[in-house]
Amino acid sequence: MVAPGGTVSHPAVALSGLRFRWPGAARDCLDIADFTLVAGERLFLHGPSGSGKTTLLSLIGGVLRADAGTLQVLGTDLSALSGPQRDRFRADHIGFIFQQFNLIPYLSAADNIALPCRFSPSRAQRAGNVDDAVARLAGHLDLPADLLKRPAAELSVGQQQRVAAARALIGAPSLIIADEPTSALDAARQAAFLDLLLGECASVGASLLFVSHDLRLAERFDRSEALAELNVAAEAMV
Amino acid sequence: MRLPLWHLTVASIRNRGLATVLTVVAIALSVSLLLGVERLRNDARASFANTLSGTDLIVGARSGAVQLLLYSVFHIGDATHDVSWSRIDALRSHKDVAWLVPLSLGDSHRGFRVVGTTADFFAHVQTGNRQPLRFSAGRAFDGVFDAVVGAEVAASLGYAPGAKIVLSHGAGEFAAAEHGDKPFTVTGVLARTGTPVDRSVLVGLAAIEAIHLDWQGGSRIPGVEIPAQFVGKFDLSPKRVTAALIGLERRSTVFRVQREINTSDGEPLLAILPGVTLDELWRVVGVVERVLLAVSAFVVAVGLAGLVATLVSSLSARRRELAILRALGAGPGDVFVLLMTESVLLAVAGCVLGVACLWALSAGIAPWLMAEHGVQLVPRFVDQSELVWLVGVVAAALLASVIPAWRAYRYSLADGMTVRM
Repeated sequence: MVAPGGTVSHPAVALSGLRFRWPGAARDCLDIADFTLVAGERLFLHGPSGSGKTTLLSLIGGVLRADAGTLQVLGTDLSALSGPQRDRFRADHIGFIFQQFNLIPYLSAADNIALPCRFSPSRAQRAGNVDDAVARLAGHLDLPADLLKRPAAELSVGQQQRVAAARALIGAPSLIIADEPTSALDAARQAAFLDLLLGECASVGASLLFVSHDLRLAERFDRSEALAELNVAAEAMV
Repeated sequence: MRLPLWHLTVASIRNRGLATVLTVVAIALSVSLLLGVERLRNDARASFANTLSGTDLIVGARSGAVQLLLYSVFHIGDATHDVSWSRIDALRSHKDVAWLVPLSLGDSHRGFRVVGTTADFFAHVQTGNRQPLRFSAGRAFDGVFDAVVGAEVAASLGYAPGAKIVLSHGAGEFAAAEHGDKPFTVTGVLARTGTPVDRSVLVGLAAIEAIHLDWQGGSRIPGVEIPAQFVGKFDLSPKRVTAALIGLERRSTVFRVQREINTSDGEPLLAILPGVTLDELWRVVGVVERVLLAVSAFVVAVGLAGLVATLVSSLSARRRELAILRALGAGPGDVFVLLMTESVLLAVAGCVLGVACLWALSAGIAPWLMAEHGVQLVPRFVDQSELVWLVGVVAAALLASVIPAWRAYRYSLADGMTVRM
């Protein structure tokens, strides 16, 4: 399989023997023997609170550094990178969507969507004309043009989540990580949002790691995993 | 990796409108105060130093050197004793003395000091960088009841050559102390100098004698009244004067002549070098200046503390924002730089606004300051010494900005991409 960049694709995420312990904690918070997210795959990760979800996403994002084991994201060994290199890697290759409050409240919706291009030259390059890219993504995600000029704080939660999705997708990052992106939405909007997100990931060929506690959503994905089963340390905690 | 700083910083500052505006205003006011004190200090010093030039010695009755300088040149305070004319006359013929201008003080005209002197005053008194006095209208006094007025007197009282004026005894507090029987005619108006000369009414020494013929010990002699037309029948040669300005043939003899006068027998006299005494005066005033400057520096510190307080208190509300930036690829260092930039930008905005405030203010009060206190405040943006202070303020702001920036750095390290609130 070939990634959008044209290079031979590695797994989006490949980790083995990964262990992490918070400084000062008595036990490991995360201990995963093996986990792989294939390139282009859309994976549902069942992760209730206490399962080590935040820690895992922070490790994949490069904000935290593993104590032991290997962690490869898009073929790059994150533990070999320095802090600033991991920040740069995250900016270039990963799009994040969180549960809510994803946006910088004082920037307009359009500026929020374009923000990753200001951080990452390579994403800006892939996006081409940033204004056009913003308009195209907004169109795909049902965001009317007049809404894009409004400050993010004035948008409804559903609109904010779609702006967040557009921001995660701009400049075609290879990996999208969504952390409970639908839990602030009602059931009807959850389904609509999921349709848009899955469709966009498929169309740009991005891998999607979708974390949620809501198992009803799992059937929409290529594959489903449970973090509590992957993470040996989580069982001890619960 | 570098943050898209300007875009974010500007948007973030705009977002926190009122608090930011107030912070900037506080810094602006404190900077205006600091620079204002510094400017007033320098300008006051400059206008004092420019008051008299070309005069080698000032001679008066023995008192304090600063006191003699103040009453003879700056018209501040009064002489406690006079000098007899015979001593002054003797000094005039001293072999080292090139010229001597006697000064007789003690009368006034509508709040302006009257200076009894000789026509030599116009030839020898210089101000600024050895600028001689010039007449903007008319000529020097000639007759007994002629007067020359300074630029400020002419401007505020509307005098031109030909105007009739009445002098008062003392500072002119009592109408009864007017020399109303002997009016003077203005013969000339001096060009503006920016010195106490502008606020003086100059008359001949004979005029001082004439208006006091029927006076004794500060009040009219009861029953004695000598009309103006008869004063010529009296001896109007001066008996006593207040002080004298002396120019020497050779400047190198100044210390010898000074010592000669100060150690002479008989009537105790004091000769001072104006420049040296001015320095002495500044040493006294300098303490007050430094205190003022220190107070204004503290006010600037308070302004900057306000800035830090505003930013630090806004940080807890911004943790989510910082987490989002982290998720987008910002490192803790970028967050540090972001906060630093924001803080320094506000401080610089405060400085710019402060300088503008000061400029407007100094343009506004300069005429009043000149008229009331004779201090020439030149409206200008910044000069070199003020620039040094401004750089100091920005440096202090840079230092203070480390506090919110460091906190933001800690937050973004601890929070990562998620906010635990």
